[in-house]
Amino acid sequence: MPTDLHYLAILPEIITAATGIAIMLLDPFTAPQHKGRLGWLGVAGLLAAGVAGAAQSGRTMTAFGGMVQLDSYSVFFRWLFFGVSIGTILISLQYLKREGVHHSEFYALVLFATTGMSFMAASVDLILMFIGLETVAISTYVLAGFKRSDPRSNESAVKYFILGAFSTAVLLYGIAFLYGQTGSTRFDRVAEALSAQGPSAFFLVGLALLLVGFGFKVAMAPFHVWTPDVYEGAPSPVTAFLAVGPKAAGFAALVRVLYSALPDMENHWGDVLGLVAVLTMTVGNVAAITQSNIKRLLAYSSVAHAGYLLVGLVARNELGISAVLYYAVVYALMNLGAFTVVVIWSGAGETRVHLSDYAGIGFRYPFLTGCLSLFLLSLIGIPATGGFMGKVFLFAAAVQSHHVGLVVIAVLNSAVSAYYYLRIIVIMYMQEPAAQVPSVEIPVPAAVALVLAALGTLLTGLYPSALLDLASRSVLAVR
Amino acid sequence: MIPASHYLILSALLVTIGVIGVLTRRNILIIFMSIELILNAANINLIAFSRQLQDVIGQVFAVFVITVAAAEAAIGLGIVIALFRNRETINADEIDLLKG
Repeated sequence: MPTDLHYLAILPEIITAATGIAIMLLDPFTAPQHKGRLGWLGVAGLLAAGVAGAAQSGRTMTAFGGMVQLDSYSVFFRWLFFGVSIGTILISLQYLKREGVHHSEFYALVLFATTGMSFMAASVDLILMFIGLETVAISTYVLAGFKRSDPRSNESAVKYFILGAFSTAVLLYGIAFLYGQTGSTRFDRVAEALSAQGPSAFFLVGLALLLVGFGFKVAMAPFHVWTPDVYEGAPSPVTAFLAVGPKAAGFAALVRVLYSALPDMENHWGDVLGLVAVLTMTVGNVAAITQSNIKRLLAYSSVAHAGYLLVGLVARNELGISAVLYYAVVYALMNLGAFTVVVIWSGAGETRVHLSDYAGIGFRYPFLTGCLSLFLLSLIGIPATGGFMGKVFLFAAAVQSHHVGLVVIAVLNSAVSAYYYLRIIVIMYMQEPAAQVPSVEIPVPAAVALVLAALGTLLTGLYPSALLDLASRSVLAVR
Repeated sequence: MIPASHYLILSALLVTIGVIGVLTRRNILIIFMSIELILNAANINLIAFSRQLQDVIGQVFAVFVITVAAAEAAIGLGIVIALFRNRETINADEIDLLKG
């Protein structure tokens, strides 16, 4: 019986889970027009969890019999996830009312998913990692189908569920082999057993299945095919959340597994991930060019960005992992920001999601389009934005470890991506508007999220050192 | 005592059946049942390894997996019912509103 439970080590997760449960309990006692208050309760819970996480920064301890590790790495990702979830709730408040699905389960599910993501980053045991992954997955299946009378939302949920459940099963089958060959599910013991006895054939099968499972979760090519359909059909705030939160959590867990449990195998997974990175970037960018729906376009762009993140993993050095952490934050800021504009502009029933719906609105809505342009420029990687610095760090790390060919392909891909991102800006500012430009109101919470994301994108681009320092201190716990 | 390899062969067969089911069947419920087969194959593996290693963790893991699979089944059936209410089909080939 383990005695080292240390509940304090998981205090932030306890707070987010308890807030989610509290929202569910308070829901029946809240009048329909006041459901938004429960959303604010969710924001308060996430802020409290962030403060609790801050109080623990700098400490390192393991808890629950070596399943959870509190270290600078888990603290870093906790803050990212709490921030992402706060942003998601801010942009959902008005959206849910507008779409007539203002049920407070939405906020509770976001909080449960956050709890799962947080555990994924903090887990140093395959069992907890799996449970964290499933907590996120099950919550997000429901979120994707949240507009339950909308067939498109249903379809998105079904596709996400089938592919998600399949990938989970494959991942689990791989984990079973890793356990069978090393005799433990704890990362440190897996690594020990591996360096003592070397990899067996079963072990390699397990590793391959593990990578396939993660490939589905973070949408690496060729396991990305679900992404555009799911992102298009899901309610837009959920799409924003899916593109940012679970993807970052997948990378957080993947980095931990590869570097803490499988460091001796790095030549095996390094080469595979190098190929996958090239494929993922290229497929994402080439497919994005022909898209006419902005949600699908951003879905393919998120596939391409998973490819850039993989470049940092392939580099296999400290700068590489720091760059992955840095880029995860920047990517969250610019993608959440871009989707916030999509949420606001799409209008009731999400009717304006076609690129042509953006024609000529540039000077009518300078705030919205200005922010969107900033995020798009950052997604391209134009200097003075966070996206540029993120790519510089990722590619520098790869050059440091002599992956020059990979970097050349990644830079060429960035050039391709400029085409479809700039096209949106051209459509907004240089095309004639439709006869009647619809009027939209910008809800205050969403505007706050937009301003914060824009400031974040600029600050990480102009003063990258603060975040990079934090990221490089955080990776010390992993390597 | 039955050697662990027998269990591994059984689970490999179950996985194969499951994957073929996911790839070839068009009824969402049957696809879902095939996924459950893969999950249970993983459980068999975990328990077989657990006995071979004389280590209890594998069984603990299997109990967690069963719990998670139950939760997943509840959510999955809920999603399928929501889909059926709007579309009156659970054929994967007819679920084609989203494409680009």
